[in-house]
Amino acid sequence: MAAPQRSAARKFVKRLQDGDQAAHLITLIFAASVFLVTVFLIYELWIHSSASRAKFGLAFLFAKSWDPVAEQFGALPFIYGTVLTSVLALIISVPLGVGAAIFLSELAPPRLSNTCTFLVELLAAVPSVIYGLLAIFTLVPLMRQYVEPFLKKTLGFLPLFTGPAYGFGYLTAGLILAVMTFPFIISISRESLLAVPREQREAALALGATKWESTWQVVVPFARLGIIGSIFLALARALGETMAVTMVIGNDPSIHASLLAPGYTIAAIIANEFNEATGNLHPAALVELGLVLFLITMILNAAAQLLIVATTKKGSIQD
Amino acid sequence: MGRTRRRNMLNNVMLALTGVCTFVTVSILFVILGFLVWNGFRSLDWNFFTKLPLSPGETGGGLANAIVGSGITILIAVLIGVPVGFLGGVYLAEFGGKTFPMFVRYTADLLNGVPSIVIGIFAWTVVVVPMHTFSAWAGGFALSLMMIPIGLRSTEQFLRSIPNSLREASLALGATKTRTIFTVIVPAARQGILTGMILGVARIAGETAPLLFTSLNNQYWSEKLTEPTATLPVMIYKLAISPYDDWHRQAWAAGLVLLGLVLIANIAARWVLARGTAVQRG
Repeated sequence: MAAPQRSAARKFVKRLQDGDQAAHLITLIFAASVFLVTVFLIYELWIHSSASRAKFGLAFLFAKSWDPVAEQFGALPFIYGTVLTSVLALIISVPLGVGAAIFLSELAPPRLSNTCTFLVELLAAVPSVIYGLLAIFTLVPLMRQYVEPFLKKTLGFLPLFTGPAYGFGYLTAGLILAVMTFPFIISISRESLLAVPREQREAALALGATKWESTWQVVVPFARLGIIGSIFLALARALGETMAVTMVIGNDPSIHASLLAPGYTIAAIIANEFNEATGNLHPAALVELGLVLFLITMILNAAAQLLIVATTKKGSIQD
Repeated sequence: MGRTRRRNMLNNVMLALTGVCTFVTVSILFVILGFLVWNGFRSLDWNFFTKLPLSPGETGGGLANAIVGSGITILIAVLIGVPVGFLGGVYLAEFGGKTFPMFVRYTADLLNGVPSIVIGIFAWTVVVVPMHTFSAWAGGFALSLMMIPIGLRSTEQFLRSIPNSLREASLALGATKTRTIFTVIVPAARQGILTGMILGVARIAGETAPLLFTSLNNQYWSEKLTEPTATLPVMIYKLAISPYDDWHRQAWAAGLVLLGLVLIANIAARWVLARGTAVQRG
């Protein structure tokens, strides 16, 4: 009875000595660990937010007050601030980014295009705390002294531009986020524009379209899924951005209509209060905010990936 | 005739505007560099690299502990992140079937998109809470999580770009699959893999949010890896939001050093890649 077992064991040892099975197993463990860690991350966020989820339920998302002393926690001011700053950022960075991407893919000679893209991608590598540092000492005084008084004087009849000019607030945070997001929009939009087959441009030009008409009415619509994907990706980045925003948002947990007013974002409140949070409920509420942020960015990232894959595939098949 | 002129004018105006967009976006990099060099260079001196931070009111001092602390946390992150990213990438490119690698790839992309502050919360729950202390380990662990997806996907991508004929030639000579992978395929892709790893390090070197409640901060030298550890990005944050002029000065100097390191790492990574493709072509 022992003989077949021993030969099976010997076979197994032999296979391990060949190394293939062993290498397969070892690399499998490392690959699986990436999968497991991510699943574990979601599980930990879920468990550590349980106290807050049990107490507030779904109302957490719509409650306006954030008072650690009275143990009243509501996410609305932070969700509002996060969405508002990100939308402001996109209003600035989308036209600027798509415009630059059009120039780099349609007009610039390859050498200039590659150099500029390289420089723009370096901009994406600048750490966010450095954007924050620059913003505190250059952008904030500039906003307080010149830009915000000017906006109040010219557009002050709108509720968007009222209240004192602090320099810290939604608008400044939105501006910084715009600078942080357009590298993503430029480099991915440029890729999708470059993937548009040349025949499309030639056909439009042959029909008598100007360069701009061929670009705007033929090339850009052809690449639109990739461009939208790049915008989603930029939005996901902006929503999750922590340091630069924390340093300029003004840290006021309430909702203001004015863009000049100080506010708060999800990432900023976690960065500021997580260390000082005591008791059971306060940390749980912060973790739940983290969970909300995670879910939003996860959905946006997945959507962006699908759109970008869809366009690059379409371009390469027709080439 | 009027219509044609209008179309031509629109053409010229819009094309010029796209040029302006490019100019604005590219020049922002130079504005950033300019401000940092201008403000940082004035405050940078030898003390910055050798002395400890002083209390408010005293002038002078440096951030030696933060520079060393950053080095230590990044080293821990590399020691965890590089093996996991590399070997996981080898599995995806060389061993994997269909379904399971797809899951791993999806979760790696998911992990890559997780906001850095959420990574910080996760590292806090799994390292800081059980150890009952903020530590360099926790900071390094948090940073490794940000590095793994980059290393994993770039390793996979560059291994896949190696032509199959190379694998077949090696197998035909009687080499085992493992030997083929580690003596033929990986060396052929090493430039690309190295680029991915350097870009990973460049990304985590400037990360602040995951360190805020993992490695925390420290005014003094950390003697053990289980103590709160100062790092450059966290120091920049703390100094910048402080009310003291001398600390602002130090923040600029630290910002210049950090940005210099990150940009050099990025440029080095591209250089390695460019050289690699040149060698392969020639």
